[in-house]
Amino acid sequence: MVTNATSLTRSGLSDFIIQRVSAVILALYTLVVIGFLLMTPELDYGTWVEFHAGTVMRLFSTLAVLALAAHAWIGMWTVGTDYVREHYFGQRATVFRSIYMVICVGVLFVFVAWSLQIFWRL
Amino acid sequence: MKTRERPVNLDLTKFSFPLPALTSITHRISGVILFVGLAFLLYALNLSLSSPTGYADAVALFDAPLAKFVTWGLLTALGYHLVAGIKHLFLDFDFGETLQGARLASQITIVAAVILSILAGVWVW
Repeated sequence: MVTNATSLTRSGLSDFIIQRVSAVILALYTLVVIGFLLMTPELDYGTWVEFHAGTVMRLFSTLAVLALAAHAWIGMWTVGTDYVREHYFGQRATVFRSIYMVICVGVLFVFVAWSLQIFWRL
Repeated sequence: MKTRERPVNLDLTKFSFPLPALTSITHRISGVILFVGLAFLLYALNLSLSSPTGYADAVALFDAPLAKFVTWGLLTALGYHLVAGIKHLFLDFDFGETLQGARLASQITIVAAVILSILAGVWVW
């Protein structure tokens, strides 16, 4: 038996919707950044900073990294609760899974804080 | 504590997976790869935006053969995760929910991801 205390919203339906909305945000952000890189073959430092320092792009980057945190939380939680369980790991599965989730959330926190620092100090 | 044998789930290690199941597990694996790879990408992004010297260092970093391979690998994982994610959204709207539809969607996903991977390789090298 796996409880959902460590899922993002504790509601499967909310997680489902957040997973999809964040996916669309991340897909659009990916297309914008890769599209910019493809359309700017002669990229230099000035153009690169200018691209990221605009207010709209900063807000979009902030939105994307928050979407990523939610998306990855739900995704890693799904993976963890599907594979780190008693059937494979024995009675300590809940302990292992708790440690795994703490590491995942900790890493995501570092990703968010680091990204915000990168984008907002420009 | 054990009073009787509880039913055990199917042994996944001895199971012949249909194509949609393989594209599903690959979607998960690519997601975990992206989660780990993001540390590398943020490191490079931070370096490239820190200063003109840092930018030059980041460009030099991406010229190393190992970094090119890692970049290509991450782009491949990203392309796959994106295409398989779009397939998921189609399924959410009831497209491709039949057995044949699911197989076709999985085949399209794999072909599209391979094409994106090749294009990513051309871009990186």
